[in-house]
Amino acid sequence: MIVRILGEGQFRVDDAATAELNQLDAVLETAVKHGDEAAFTDALRNLLAQVRAHGSPLPADILESSELILPHEDSSMDEVRKLLTDEGLIPG
Amino acid sequence: MKGTAARMGVMKRVSLVFKAKANKALDKMEDPRETLDYSYQRQLELLTKVRRGVADVATSRKRVELQMNQLQQQSNKLQDQARKALSMGREDLAREALGRKSSAQVQLDELQTQYARLQGEEEKLTVASQRLQSKVDAFRTRKETIKATYTAAEAQTRINEAFSGISEEMGDVGMAIQRAEDKTAQMQARAGAIDELMASGALDDAVGGHRDDIQSELDMMSASSDVERELAMLKGEITTGAPKQLEGGAQNGAGQAAQGAQAPQANQADQQSQQAQQAQPAGLPVSDLPGLQDEPQDGDRS
Repeated sequence: MIVRILGEGQFRVDDAATAELNQLDAVLETAVKHGDEAAFTDALRNLLAQVRAHGSPLPADILESSELILPHEDSSMDEVRKLLTDEGLIPG
Repeated sequence: MKGTAARMGVMKRVSLVFKAKANKALDKMEDPRETLDYSYQRQLELLTKVRRGVADVATSRKRVELQMNQLQQQSNKLQDQARKALSMGREDLAREALGRKSSAQVQLDELQTQYARLQGEEEKLTVASQRLQSKVDAFRTRKETIKATYTAAEAQTRINEAFSGISEEMGDVGMAIQRAEDKTAQMQARAGAIDELMASGALDDAVGGHRDDIQSELDMMSASSDVERELAMLKGEITTGAPKQLEGGAQNGAGQAAQGAQAPQANQADQQSQQAQQAQPAGLPVSDLPGLQDEPQDGDRS
């Protein structure tokens, strides 16, 4: 499975790590839902750390789209909310 | 149905938003192969843009670097002034100098934090630019292969794959440029505010020098205490005579230091009259010397 961390690049992550990533992702989503900025920051940091730990960077000359995309490490909750809407932050 | 939507999570939703963007762009094209050339043009444009972005951030970073150096110099100078003022027994001046130094230091610390952030942004953008270059190269190769090998109908799936891969990268890089621009703008606003603060004299214009009231007072005191020291020496010669002076020369280190510290307090009335004399010669002859008058004007123009 290919996972992208925005601003950082793509990683090939072993499928065995999926369950753990989903669990951390659920924590992240709950934090966004409740508007809990501190919990959000922690959850995002944990999630990114797991992707880096379980994944290996995809070579730059490989053109594949990612199954999962994660926000920038220093994203605010507000940025992530905008990212989730269609007319949000992605240019073009 | 509701259950799956709730469990989709942030990661999946963001990737779907990216994919929706790519599909929307693909749908606009009549001949799928047209998409390849059009997308390639946009990739090249984005590459130019991201390189310009890196250069802009670097320019901004250098400006902040200069400003940090200026603030550091100012801070050092104020520290020296405080030390000098204290050695002359002027605690009030020393306090003022240290107060300004502390303001300069606060600005410096804030700049340093922002500078580090800007540096991080520059690095990220540089890496993003290199990665995009590799992807664009890969895309070009694949584009040529697809055009040479497949008919329009057959090519569709492969075009979609290549296109969504590159379009995700382009979205990511586009965001990176936007973030770097935002941080650069914040930094420039901050730098502008500090420029204004420095021009106002609140941090003491150490570089320009013309508003430096602490320095001028210290200079005046220093000049008058030199006069005091010489005066005390002359008095010493007259009252004690030549042989005593020779003895004094042998141990002048300790003797002079003690004299320097005591002199201003002992002869305050004398000091005031000396200051008055000191001021006069500086004021009078300037108007008679055209050379001195011209100099500052030339300096202003250049």
